Amino acid sequence: FGAIKEVQTGETADLSDYKHIWVFAEQRKGKLMNVALELIGEGHRLANEISADTQVCAVLVGNKIDHLAAECFAYGADKVIMIQDPLLEQYTTDGYTKVITDAIHEMKPEIVLYGATHIGRDLAPRIAARCNTGLTADCTRLDVKVSSYIEFAKKKTTLDISTLDPEDTSTGIKQTRPAFGGNLMATIICPNTRPQMSTVRPGVMQKREKVEGATGEIVTYKPTIAKSDIHIDVVDVVKSAKELVSLTDADIICSGGRGLGDASGFKLIQEFADKVGGVVGSSRAAVDAGWIDQSHQVGQTGTTVKPKIYFACGISGAIQHLAGMQTSDYIVAINKDADCPMMEVADFCIVGDLYKVIPQIIAEWDKAEDLHDAATRKEA
Amino acid sequence: MAFKIIVCAKQVPDTNVIKINPKTGTLIREGVPSILNHDDANALEEALKIKDQYPDTHITVITMGPPQANDLLFECIAMGADDGILVSDRAVGGSDTWATSNTLEAAVRKVGDFDLLWCGRQAIDGDTAQVGPQLAEKLGVPQVTYVQEFELDKDMKTITVKRQMEDGYELIKLQTPCMLTAIKELNSPRYMYMSGIFADKTMKTWNAKDIEVDLNTVGLEASPTNVFRSFTPAPKGKGIVITGDTEKEIADNLLVNLKEKQVI
Ligand SMILES: Cc1cc2nc3c(=O)[nH]c(=O)nc-3n(C[C@H](O)[C@H](O)[C@H](O)COP(=O)(O)OP(=O)(O)OC[C@H]3O[C@@H](n4cnc5c(N)ncnc54)[C@H](O)[C@@H]3O)c2cc1C
Ligand SMILES: Cc1cc2nc3c(=O)[nH]c(=O)nc-3n(C[C@H](O)[C@H](O)[C@H](O)COP(=O)(O)OP(=O)(O)OC[C@H]3O[C@@H](n4cnc5c(N)ncnc54)[C@H](O)[C@@H]3O)c2cc1C
Repeated sequence: FGAIKEVQTGETADLSDYKHIWVFAEQRKGKLMNVALELIGEGHRLANEISADTQVCAVLVGNKIDHLAAECFAYGADKVIMIQDPLLEQYTTDGYTKVITDAIHEMKPEIVLYGATHIGRDLAPRIAARCNTGLTADCTRLDVKVSSYIEFAKKKTTLDISTLDPEDTSTGIKQTRPAFGGNLMATIICPNTRPQMSTVRPGVMQKREKVEGATGEIVTYKPTIAKSDIHIDVVDVVKSAKELVSLTDADIICSGGRGLGDASGFKLIQEFADKVGGVVGSSRAAVDAGWIDQSHQVGQTGTTVKPKIYFACGISGAIQHLAGMQTSDYIVAINKDADCPMMEVADFCIVGDLYKVIPQIIAEWDKAEDLHDAATRKEA
Repeated sequence: MAFKIIVCAKQVPDTNVIKINPKTGTLIREGVPSILNHDDANALEEALKIKDQYPDTHITVITMGPPQANDLLFECIAMGADDGILVSDRAVGGSDTWATSNTLEAAVRKVGDFDLLWCGRQAIDGDTAQVGPQLAEKLGVPQVTYVQEFELDKDMKTITVKRQMEDGYELIKLQTPCMLTAIKELNSPRYMYMSGIFADKTMKTWNAKDIEVDLNTVGLEASPTNVFRSFTPAPKGKGIVITGDTEKEIADNLLVNLKEKQVI
């Protein structure tokens, strides 16, 4: 590697030179990742908290991806920065880092958001290091105004808010993230360098309602990139033959854990999911036991999910599992152990043998409407 | 010429047994065992596998941390690493990932040229997965993160790796020197064997001066990110216990409740 170079300190240039919010609109094979649209939505919320003239810019990097601009506008981008070159067709750390860093230096965004995907978490730290600025990892909540941070803290945390001044504007973007395996939440700020950057966990931010035909400004950024800038050779991109589990989009998830006892337990879980129109999830213990593929794993090292209903069947509720599903609208715990941690976070707790309970739920599912009517009549 | 590998490894509290004081939002460190970060054990294992095949491979483990992180070096050497270096200095305390990678960069440069630099994907305490890529950037070497399979060509220069993606993998070729980050799917780390400890291996402790790092680029003060607040998530109110004399009755009660909330 190269000769010893001078270590630069952070770019403490005039912070007010930096304006607008950039979203790295990650695309793979000409298709936008869901998280890109979520971040455009979140970018909007933040832009409103900063000022009326703060824009949300989707940064599209690739080759022959002009068609994606319309989708970014439809989901609320004010502007699209288009960076295209045949050398950017396939994601490479080197290629993307170079062109995005160059664009950042030229256009000076105040905030840059990336999805915390396998690509985002490879790319963002490399860019942050090249820009000598801070990067907050895997955020689950962002606030600019202290007043909205206080609202969040009141509802969702044990934080003592008496020390926070709602009018304080000095702290920039407050980026909240889990650490220590979800045991601790930390809010990180980046006060002295720009841009402020975060990777954001897929599935936690809200997309905006799609507005067909929405338009905005397209800025074409001509990248300076040569073959010699890219030091790796992507020989092949292989999709696993297994069917894609779309845990992040599922309304209902039926998850099984070690409590299933063996691999065949997932047959019951699959039947359950089929009945309720859900998707099969799992704990890591079930994955490690070889009962089910890793793509089904929910949790800190699996997928973060936020379904309407999460059925946790024979899952104890280890902190790393909870980290990935705790924000589900409703959690149903089915477990033999009335005192397991899952029962602490569940909205509905069923203490019992999952092999006895689940078949009954499957059998009764279609009668829910009638059962509810009967119950309300009885009450009246 | 010996093949040179550097492994960056971090000593972390075992987050499975960690307790947080919910009032102050701080860690209760007493009684929490410190362990070699999981992914870093996978990184070291992959280095050791190369050494199994090419015995003149030299593996140096670098860790940055307080004096007790020396225990980690013992463990790595007992697994089969050749040297261990502890970078320890009050001046580097409180570093964020930017500042941590500046320190590790200086330590790597002092160790000298390498063929492979291995990191773990992610440390289980800070959980950022940023140090590897930032270190690679500062050293000016290419990187591949999330490595699930690794192969070194006979030319000892060309590397083929599978990089894990959410829905499959990328097959990537690159040349040494480079930085790779290991994930648990890569291998199963071996156990320590005691004879390893007594062979002619060295352990050193370096301070900030030894590695000639610019003090304006390390430690809490120099870090671009700061912890603004830390806290524990709010406990949720206790849920409804669904009861019934038979499983059928339980199922019915659950469905009535879900219907009531209009989620089904
Ligand atoms: C760094 C790190 C990252 C991790 N990441 C993740 C992650 O992303 N996702 C994840 O899930 N885990 C993760 N883990 C593992 C986690 O700590 C737990 O080990 C795991 O979640 C336990 O899975 P489980 O609940 O299925 O198993 P167990 O904890 O063994 O629980 C089984 C449960 O089944 C119940 N049970 C048994 N039989 C029945 C029955 N017949 N009917 C009903 N209930 C029954 C038992 O009462 C028990 O509560 C991680 C760990 C580490 C260290
Ligand atoms: C609650 C909390 C939240 C934090 N959030 C952020 C944040 O969002 N952004 C930020 O920049 N900093 C953050 N930090 C600081 C960060 O944890 C430290 O800089 C830490 O030293 C390195 O980050 P990590 O533990 O996340 O390592 P990772 O980047 O996850 O580690 C990846 C790999 O780098 C190598 N490595 C990492 N640290 C060392 C070491 N000390 N010695 C040898 N090898 C090492 C290992 O191979 C490791 O597997 C946070 C700290 C805390 C306490």
